[in-house]
Amino acid sequence: MKPKVAFYWCASCGGCEEAVVDLDEELLHVVQAVDIVFWPVALDFKEKDVEAMDDGSIDIAFLNGAVRTTEQRRMAILMRKKSRLVVAFGSCAQLGGIPGLANLTTRKAILDEVYGPGAAPAAEFRDDGHTLTLPTLFDSVFALERAIPVDYYIPGCPPSQKIIAGAIATLLGETLPAPGTVLAPDRAMCDECPRRDTHPEELQIDRFRRIPEQVIDEHTCILAQGVACLGPATRSGCGSRCINGNMPCTGCFGPTSKVRDYGAKALCSIASILGTSDPGEIDRVLDGIADPVGLFYRYSLPSSFLERKRPE
Amino acid sequence: MPEEFEPRIVAFFCNWCTYLAADLAGTSRIKYAPNAEVVRVMCSGRIDVQFILKAFAKGADGVLIGGCHPGDCHYQEGNYKALRRFRLVKRLVKQMGIEEERLRLEWISAAEGDRVRVVINEMVEQLKRLGPLRRAADDQAHLMEVA
Repeated sequence: MKPKVAFYWCASCGGCEEAVVDLDEELLHVVQAVDIVFWPVALDFKEKDVEAMDDGSIDIAFLNGAVRTTEQRRMAILMRKKSRLVVAFGSCAQLGGIPGLANLTTRKAILDEVYGPGAAPAAEFRDDGHTLTLPTLFDSVFALERAIPVDYYIPGCPPSQKIIAGAIATLLGETLPAPGTVLAPDRAMCDECPRRDTHPEELQIDRFRRIPEQVIDEHTCILAQGVACLGPATRSGCGSRCINGNMPCTGCFGPTSKVRDYGAKALCSIASILGTSDPGEIDRVLDGIADPVGLFYRYSLPSSFLERKRPE
Repeated sequence: MPEEFEPRIVAFFCNWCTYLAADLAGTSRIKYAPNAEVVRVMCSGRIDVQFILKAFAKGADGVLIGGCHPGDCHYQEGNYKALRRFRLVKRLVKQMGIEEERLRLEWISAAEGDRVRVVINEMVEQLKRLGPLRRAADDQAHLMEVA
């Protein structure tokens, strides 16, 4: 009997679903090897179909997206109950992702901004004898593991084809990796960077340049050109997609297994290479980093030590 | 009468200068506020930003970093590394809604035992004025509760 597989999305952009479809011919192999029993974005199964399944009857559930609403938590719990293995798929499920930057503000501030002060729709609405209920936003965004236990992680925004295909092969294989494993190489991005040889031995930065400010040379180390590239702190395995597009690494593959707080480590790697030790001069160089949280925690604020901005 | 708030400070002191200064303060019987938990590291350049943020996340109301004066680092320039990180992490912490005064860097040489007293006492006073640091965990003790 073919293994049963499910895909579900929580707070995400749809890019992770797209990444699965982008497997191209590889997808045909996957579809041949497994039975997809639930995949709302592509197949017409409903929540009640999942509820009717036996507990633990799904072999692998791939969940992408952060957990932001009561509905997402409910679905995550349901998928956990019905599945033998749950895999956090992509940056949002693994670390909180870009939606996690909402942890710099509050639920109330967001609703006031979108609907106008106090005008957000009520969670329950009655009309003509019918009751309509809406999911509610939590005050913070969470990585998937805060809602349910997670067995494995597939990093990336979105995960690359090679990583997805490799992870699926691993999970369908005879021996499973240790629980909690991130299914990607455990080395830094710089290690696989095509521009690695142009990384200077002693790297020093005198001024940070934002991307529109200059033409980035296509062959030399982007960090050496003064653009904050987070390759030194980021897990490899993406296939250097951004570098090949002549853009800096923004850290979507998250930390290696040795690091607990990605942004803190990325900050260390950038701060350490400032080419000055004079306090005033350091501050002048740092003025080139307009938004430290947005830069270092672009994909991982909810899974950082601080998790969210302090309440006022 | 409510008990006065006693702030908790996690102090990372380098092995060669500030830790020796704290030692000197001790052997000289200098009295200062008992609010700092000292963690000895080989060099202020060893202080990973993760240490600082973890301290804040796990209950510190303030974090103090002590290193050798500029030019005096036992490892030549570890303290400069600490300084660069400190200037940047201060900006980050501020963006996260934590008052800048909760994070402090001081150069204290092995001979400056009294400086340890002054700095820790000052910081305790400052933190008392600021009050306890509210943590994400304080608000999210009930995981994913709807407000």
